Amino acid sequence: MPLPDDLRDLYQQVILDHSRRPRHHGRIEAPCTHVHGDNPTCGDEIDLWLKLDANGNIEQLKFEGQGCAISQASASMMSVKMQGSSQSQARQLIADFRTVVTGEGNISDEDALGELALLEGVQKFPQRVKCATLAWRALEQALAEANGSQAAAPATPS
Amino acid sequence: MIDLSQLRQDFPILHQQVGGEPLIYFDNAASSQKPRSVIDALVRYYERDNANVHRGLHELSNRATAQFEAARSRVARFIGAASEREIIFTRGTTESINLVAHAMAEKWGPEDAIVVSGMEHHSNLVPWQMAAQRSGASLWHVPVLDDSSLDLGVLKQHLSTGRVRLLSCVHVSNSLGSINPVPEICDMAREAGALSLIDGAQAVGHFPVDVAKLGCDFYAFSGHKMCAPTGIGVLWGRSRVLENLPPWQGGGEMIESVTLERSTYKEAPARFEAGTPDIAGVIGLGAAVDYLERIGLPAIEAHGTALTQRAVEGLVELPGLRLLGPPPGKPRAALASFTLQCAHTHDLVEFANTRGLALRGGHHCTQPLMKRFKAAGSSRASFYFYNTADEVDAMLRILREAINFFS
Repeated sequence: MPLPDDLRDLYQQVILDHSRRPRHHGRIEAPCTHVHGDNPTCGDEIDLWLKLDANGNIEQLKFEGQGCAISQASASMMSVKMQGSSQSQARQLIADFRTVVTGEGNISDEDALGELALLEGVQKFPQRVKCATLAWRALEQALAEANGSQAAAPATPS
Repeated sequence: MIDLSQLRQDFPILHQQVGGEPLIYFDNAASSQKPRSVIDALVRYYERDNANVHRGLHELSNRATAQFEAARSRVARFIGAASEREIIFTRGTTESINLVAHAMAEKWGPEDAIVVSGMEHHSNLVPWQMAAQRSGASLWHVPVLDDSSLDLGVLKQHLSTGRVRLLSCVHVSNSLGSINPVPEICDMAREAGALSLIDGAQAVGHFPVDVAKLGCDFYAFSGHKMCAPTGIGVLWGRSRVLENLPPWQGGGEMIESVTLERSTYKEAPARFEAGTPDIAGVIGLGAAVDYLERIGLPAIEAHGTALTQRAVEGLVELPGLRLLGPPPGKPRAALASFTLQCAHTHDLVEFANTRGLALRGGHHCTQPLMKRFKAAGSSRASFYFYNTADEVDAMLRILREAINFFS
């Protein structure tokens, strides 16, 4: 019996591949910013390590976590995209990604999303939006903390 | 034996498709479905007899009161209570436990201790944490052993301190399916001078429960897991214990006389039932008790055991599946929790849903227990008497399909 289309869209091969073999998995040695995020109701967890370079760009981003395929794949795909990004690019991508998974708002840079657009299937599963955005919320928090604590980081990175 | 084909006709909700497939409802430990007779009792009450209870002198109030109190008597008989005055109606197991925790905590101080087990639902853990904080009492735990049973040696140590005032423990674990040795545990508590409360949310309606034989002082359960409506539950308390329990909520119904300065309170159960109760819910609960008794609790238990055994035998054959709970051969309630190596529980439950199969995924409100067994969460299939062996087989096929998909 064939699987329903919306389920196939949710669990595309690329997404399943990222959840099975997460990229940039692991920790970064200090000095860096470490944040922990979770979805208490479903038990998804993520630990994110963020290192900014002298210009305030994302030098390195790594994560560890446990949770559903969507949450882990999303974290992996985000980490791939974010390496070397400026903070303004990162913030743009965070906003665009939220639009991808919720369907609310407008995407400002379709090209920058790349394979992240595959997570569009989440739109049909509203309860999974929080899974898909877990890592992204953690990154937002890490960026805020990094800017708050690192005197070396430029106050207005963009 | 249960005549399933006949009995499934009693449950209108079972005859529908989900995702183009026949619904397989295996989330009974979260909430059971309701037979036509219970739904009809609610409709009949609202269409013919609706009025407030205990105060009116008019016909409708008399009818409502008579049905309300008749339900109390049926519930009392159903669980072996010595008297219907031992039956307090609540919103559910959670409120029943909160009632006891709140009322008891007033008497406790820093020298006292409460004991709970490590396999409690949050509803039988958090109220005691709050009571401990309020009263200064200590909160101690009984660890869960690898075979999903309780470490009664540790319980014995706790009790031997002489400080334990109350032991609260689940009858059937909603996550593991363990059936705890309640009579033994209650004996131990009583010998140490401690009261005992048993959370029977997963027990009542699944097998015969007789509070007199169990030997506990309080027994809490919910209606909605045993064919009754949501929002109605029961606290049974031993008369002698209820006599000494202060009220927890104040209001109408629970008082004898009121002046502007102070009030005197009625005896149990009225003392613990402030405000207008869920009259329809109580009447629905009475109808559910009638329905379950017509089928017979021993038959319900036997059917649940057979389905669970079939499920467990099939589950352990699946690649990368880890079964939680008592090892095969040990007593197990009508549920099976498991984890899959290849898929997180939410991915599996999402997959199952597209096949019409309702499973529960997550921590089942037992986060400490999931941590204890190093599971981020688990998937749970829980059965009731209207489920069939064919449905169990269909679940096993769907799980195989899911494993192929996610591997």
